[in-house]
Amino acid sequence: MITLEQVTRRYGETVAVDGLTLEVENGEVCVLIGPSGCGKTTTLRMINRLIEPSAGRILIDGRDTAGIDTRKLRLSIGYAIQSVGLFPHLTVFHNIAVVPQLLHWDKQRISGRVEELLDLVGLEPEVYAGKYPGQLSGGQAQRIGVARALAADPPIMLMDEPFGAVDPLTRERLQEQFLRIQRELKKTVVLVTHDLDEAIRLADRIAIMEAGKLVQYDTPEEILSRPGNKFVRDFVGADRALKRLSRLNITRYVKPAASVGLDGKARGAISASGDRWLWVVDDKQQLIGWVDGNLLKEGISIKEAMDAGDSREIALSESATLREALSRMLGLGFMRVPVVDNSYRLIGEVSLKDVESATSEGGG
Amino acid sequence: MTGQRTGRWLALMVAMAAFLLLVANMGWWEAALRFLFPGEASVLHPRASLLVLVGEHLRLVAISSAITIAIGIPLGIWVTRPGGTDFLPIVTDVTSFGQTFPPVAVLALAVPVLGFGLTPTIVALFLYGLLPVVRNTIAGLRAVPAHLLDAAHGMGMSRTQVLFRVELPLSAQVILAGVRISVIINIGTAMIGAVIGAGGLGSPIVAGLVRDNLAFIIEGALPAALLAILADQLLANVEGSFAYAGGRA
Repeated sequence: MITLEQVTRRYGETVAVDGLTLEVENGEVCVLIGPSGCGKTTTLRMINRLIEPSAGRILIDGRDTAGIDTRKLRLSIGYAIQSVGLFPHLTVFHNIAVVPQLLHWDKQRISGRVEELLDLVGLEPEVYAGKYPGQLSGGQAQRIGVARALAADPPIMLMDEPFGAVDPLTRERLQEQFLRIQRELKKTVVLVTHDLDEAIRLADRIAIMEAGKLVQYDTPEEILSRPGNKFVRDFVGADRALKRLSRLNITRYVKPAASVGLDGKARGAISASGDRWLWVVDDKQQLIGWVDGNLLKEGISIKEAMDAGDSREIALSESATLREALSRMLGLGFMRVPVVDNSYRLIGEVSLKDVESATSEGGG
Repeated sequence: MTGQRTGRWLALMVAMAAFLLLVANMGWWEAALRFLFPGEASVLHPRASLLVLVGEHLRLVAISSAITIAIGIPLGIWVTRPGGTDFLPIVTDVTSFGQTFPPVAVLALAVPVLGFGLTPTIVALFLYGLLPVVRNTIAGLRAVPAHLLDAAHGMGMSRTQVLFRVELPLSAQVILAGVRISVIINIGTAMIGAVIGAGGLGSPIVAGLVRDNLAFIIEGALPAALLAILADQLLANVEGSFAYAGGRA
């Protein structure tokens, strides 16, 4: 657990961080966010004492960091920065091996660990271990940066805009990977960003800062549904209802869907709401299209009546968010979208009503 | 890339062997110079063979360059450390002054204190060659990007570890370029040592100037020029071995 108690940092007359009190639970991702100059990076850098606080205390698991040797402290904290900071004269292998080497691990343990980490961030060790940073793409370099920060398996990770220097598509993939790794490793993470969508996506708790002060510290859901004051409300923006949807997984909202097989037999539950539209599945229960139930009642064969659809285009996966569901509905002009499992088998549907009720639940 | 590098080293070895062969065969020089200057009574400097002169010259350059490097690089490192930055202006001023001050003047001033021979020459060469080494050391260390230092410190490296694992490897090429310039300057400037009896390839040149004998001057100047070219190539190769794939990230 990281505890900041009344932490202040002054530079002459200016106060960069002003009496900040904050607690980060073990295994949680705390995202520091705010406009530039709000003190978020200064706060991060005080945790590993790259900057010393002018007043106040920072405790890690109850121990005052001021009493810990800075080198020992930093060796036990992973550190990843926006510019990545890979050493250009060292190969990927040796970049990742820096901290283990400083900790005097034996060679075998180091090479095993490097391989493990490259696998973890999804880069083949045989291909990448021998490369130099100058030979990597931006996204690859950032992944190596994260791998390097994880090298000695530190319980705490400090990340300063770790996915900042890449294009939006790569950033999204890196965030996804970060979440997957974080679910597995359960590190205590303090992450600085200025990208609200990133914060909402990654954070267990968001700390919104303004002019060196903590304005609100809460879960993304709470911040979006109950912004503490005008600053936060302005900061999260008018589309916060929409942003909130991206925090909500569809699994809670999936309902059984009415479907028919190609033989015309109903499968699964018949839609309780009596909707006319039915999903059409093949004999493997894979989604292949949809059909107007009224046409079937008139005796038209299903093959003639159905609209074929590529389930990759119309259906959502189980890991999708309500925001994606809404966007899919608007894009297709559907009131309901089907949800399929990994092998494109229909498992249910999400309706616009569910999205609406989820929006109103939060009071936002 | 490694193939190219090996090729360069091989070419250099061959050139060095050819140079040694050339200076070891006084007969060739005598024949060539006699052909060029049939009127001169003697075409070879009588004091010593070329091989000995080259040896003396190399000794002068080696000692003065070693001192220059041993003092210049640590000096450059020191003034870029937090404790030494206050001295940065003084050090750059003094080393610049060392280079603007003519070596002959240094000799003239040093002889009354240090006497004739090797010592005052080495002092003059040291002062004259210090600037490129110090200046490049400072420039190289300063060119290391701040975010790399931030990463290095943030990962838990001590100041010494940051210096030896990050700063020096990254600035090695620039520092070595300074060493190369310094050594080349020294090979040329070491000629003046002959004036106060330090020997080297300057001896035949001084003798040639005194006796108005062009053959002597060529006997000294040509090997010195070849020596400078070889040293330049040698140090360029060393420099190249510090390059890394993909360039600076």
